[in-house]
Amino acid sequence: MKIAVCIKQVPATESKIKPSSDGKEIDRTGLSYVVNPYDEFGVEEALRIKERLESSVTVVTMGTERAEEALRTCLALGADQAIHIKDDLLRGGDAYGVALVLTTALMKEHYDIIFFGKQAVDDDSGAVGIHVAELMGLPHVAVINKLDLKPEEGRALASRQIEGATEMVNIKLPAVFTCQKGLNEPRYASLPGIMKAKQKPLTTLTLADLGVDKDAVGAKGAKLVVDCIKAPRVRSTGNIIDKNPSESVEELVRLLRDEAKVL
Amino acid sequence: MIDFDLSEEQKCLQQMIRNFAKTEISPGAADRDEKMSFPHELIPKMAAMKLLGIAIPEKYGGAGLGAMETAIVLEEIGRVDGATALIVASHNALCTAHLYRFGTEAQRERYVVPLAKGEKLGAWALTEAGSGSDAAALQTTAVLDGDAWVINGSKLFTTQGATAGITVMMASTLPGGGAGGISAFVVEKGTPGLTVGKVENKLGVRASDTAALHFEDLRIPKANLIGACGEGFQDVLQILDGGRIGIGAMAVGLARGALEESIHYAKEREQFGHPIADFQAIQAKLSDMSSEIEAARLLVYRAALLKDHGDDFKLAASEAKLFASEMAMRATSQAIQIHGGVGYLKEAPVERYFRDAKICEIGEGTSEIQRRVIAKELLR
Ligand SMILES: Cc1cc2nc3c(=O)[nH]c(=O)nc-3n(C[C@H](O)[C@H](O)[C@H](O)COP(=O)(O)OP(=O)(O)OC[C@H]3O[C@@H](n4cnc5c(N)ncnc54)[C@H](O)[C@@H]3O)c2cc1C
Repeated sequence: MKIAVCIKQVPATESKIKPSSDGKEIDRTGLSYVVNPYDEFGVEEALRIKERLESSVTVVTMGTERAEEALRTCLALGADQAIHIKDDLLRGGDAYGVALVLTTALMKEHYDIIFFGKQAVDDDSGAVGIHVAELMGLPHVAVINKLDLKPEEGRALASRQIEGATEMVNIKLPAVFTCQKGLNEPRYASLPGIMKAKQKPLTTLTLADLGVDKDAVGAKGAKLVVDCIKAPRVRSTGNIIDKNPSESVEELVRLLRDEAKVL
Repeated sequence: MIDFDLSEEQKCLQQMIRNFAKTEISPGAADRDEKMSFPHELIPKMAAMKLLGIAIPEKYGGAGLGAMETAIVLEEIGRVDGATALIVASHNALCTAHLYRFGTEAQRERYVVPLAKGEKLGAWALTEAGSGSDAAALQTTAVLDGDAWVINGSKLFTTQGATAGITVMMASTLPGGGAGGISAFVVEKGTPGLTVGKVENKLGVRASDTAALHFEDLRIPKANLIGACGEGFQDVLQILDGGRIGIGAMAVGLARGALEESIHYAKEREQFGHPIADFQAIQAKLSDMSSEIEAARLLVYRAALLKDHGDDFKLAASEAKLFASEMAMRATSQAIQIHGGVGYLKEAPVERYFRDAKICEIGEGTSEIQRRVIAKELLR
C-alpha cells in the first residue's frame, strides 16, 4: 500500500487563543504547536497498516517553516518520508487553495490511501480532505472510526458513526478518508524513532516546483476571506446558591426577578 | 565555545517526553502516591517508547542513547512524578547499566535484552541493615559450592524490590575482606531462597516500591557472577556515579514542577487586592528558584556530557547530585510557602513534590557522602 497522510500543524490544544491586533488572525506570540490531533489518527492508522502489509507512509503538509517540526514528529513516529509545501505566496489562502496545492502534490505519486483528520482544531473548517477527494476525482468516506482493508479486492470497509447508528461503507481504493477520534489510540514516538527522524527524507516544494498557478491560491486565489476574528464574550462568573432547597428556590426567584429581571 | 543548546533531536525528545509525562504519567500520580500503588499500567507504554533501555544499544533492545538523553527523560518525568522518575532511574542506571557494563555477552543476551525492552523490571540491591553509607560493610555472603553460588543474607530499601524480575545484588565472597571481597550477582524472580520482605511505607516516592529482600540458601549458577570475583565494589562505585546524574536530573524536574506550579498559583491568587505575584517577596522566591534550577540543570548536563564523551565524570556527577537535590528541597519548600495553606494540602501537587524531593538527598549516596566524595577528589 502506498499511503499519504496530510497533516497540519496547529496551536497546542491547551493554548489561550487571542485575536491579533488587526483582528484578522490569531495572535501567535508565545504559542506552542502540535500535529492536529485528528491527523494523528490518520498517521497512526497508516503506521498500523504498514505493520501488517508492505507499505510506505508519506506525510504531507502545507505550512510555514515551523511546520517542519510537525513532519519530523510524524517521521519520528514511523512515517517513511515527508513532503513540505512551503511558499510565501500561500499566505492568506482558503481551504480550497490548500486543497488545490495538496492535490497537485498528491497527484505526483499514486497513493492507494490518503488520510486526513476530520478537521483541524484551529479553524475547524473540516473542508480540505473532502475538497481534495473531489479535485482528485476519488471516492471518500468522512469521519471514520474504523477501517478494514481488503487489499486482495482493492477495497476497504470504513465505519462511521451517524445519528443513532453505525454506517459501514464499502469503498473502492484508491480513496480518501478523514479520521475521527476512536479510530485508534495514537502511539508516542520511541526514543530511537525520534533520533532517526532527521535522517529520513524530507522534500520541500514551492508553488513553482509543483507548477501551481500562483494566482489560483494564497490570498489572491481565495474564494472566501476572513473578515475578522473576535474573542468570545467574557462570561461573568456563575452564582451558586448554597442554601436548603426551599430557601434556594426563594433566592433564585428573587435573583431572576430583581437582578436578571427576567420575571 | 560552550554550546548550551540541545540538539534538534534532543529537543524533539524532550518535547515528546514532556507531552507523555503530562498526559500519561501526571494524571494518576497523586492517587498512586496516596495508595502506594506501583504504576504497572505505565510500564508497557514506557517500554514501547524505549524509556526502559535508554542507554543500551539497539542491538540489545535499547534506544542506543546516552547519559544526556537519560537526564532529559528523567527531568521530564520528575517534573510530574518523582516516584515514576525513581523507577525509571534505578531500572536504567543501576540494574540494567550494571549488567550491560560489566556483564558477559551471555548475560547481556539473557538479562539486558528483557530489561532494555521493558519486559522485566530491574532492581539493584546493595544496602543492608548494617551497611548504608558504609556500603562495603555488607554482611550478605556468597559461597561457591560446586557449580553454584549459595547466597545468604538480607538487603534493605531495594527500589523495585517487590516488582523486579531481575535483581543485581552485592554479596561478600571473602568475608572480612571489606571492599576487596565484594562481588555482584544476578538473581531472577522466583529463584528458590529469594523472598520479598517488608515493603516500606514512605514519606515520598510512594508509588515506587522499596522492599527488603531475603536470601536463604539461594543457589544460583556459577555464571550468575557479574564481573570479576572480588572486584564488585569497584563496579558498584562506577554504577553509582552514573546513577547520581539521573537522581540530579530527577531533582531538577521536581524543582521545575514546583516552580511552574508556583508561577501559575502566584498569578491567580489575590491578596490585598493584588495577585500575590505582584509582591516582591514572592517574586524573589520565584527568581531564586529559577536561577538555582538553571544552575543545577547545567551541572547535570555537564556530568552527563562528560560521561557520554568517555571522560572522568565522578566529581561532576557528585557535584550535580549534591547541588540539584539540595536545590530541589529548597525549591519545593518555597513552592509550598508560595501556595500558603493550600500548599500544605494533599490536593496541591507541590506537597507531593516536596516529599518526593527528599529522597534525592538520601538515595545513591547521601548529601554528606557526596561531600565526602567531592572533598576526596579535591584533596587527593
Ligand atoms: C526510597 C529509598 C530507595 C532506596 N533504594 C535503594 C536501592 O534501590 N538499592 C540500594 O542498595 N539502596 C537503596 N536505598 C538505600 C539508600 O541508598 C541508603 O538509605 C543511603 O545510602 C543511606 O544509608 P543509610 O540509610 O544506612 O543511612 P546511614 O548510612 O546510616 O546514614 C545516616 C546519616 O549519617 C550520615 N553519615 C553516614 N556516614 C557518614 C560519614 N562518613 N560522614 C558524614 N556523615 C555520614 C548520613 O549522611 C546520614 O545523614 C534506598 C533508600 C530509600 C529511602
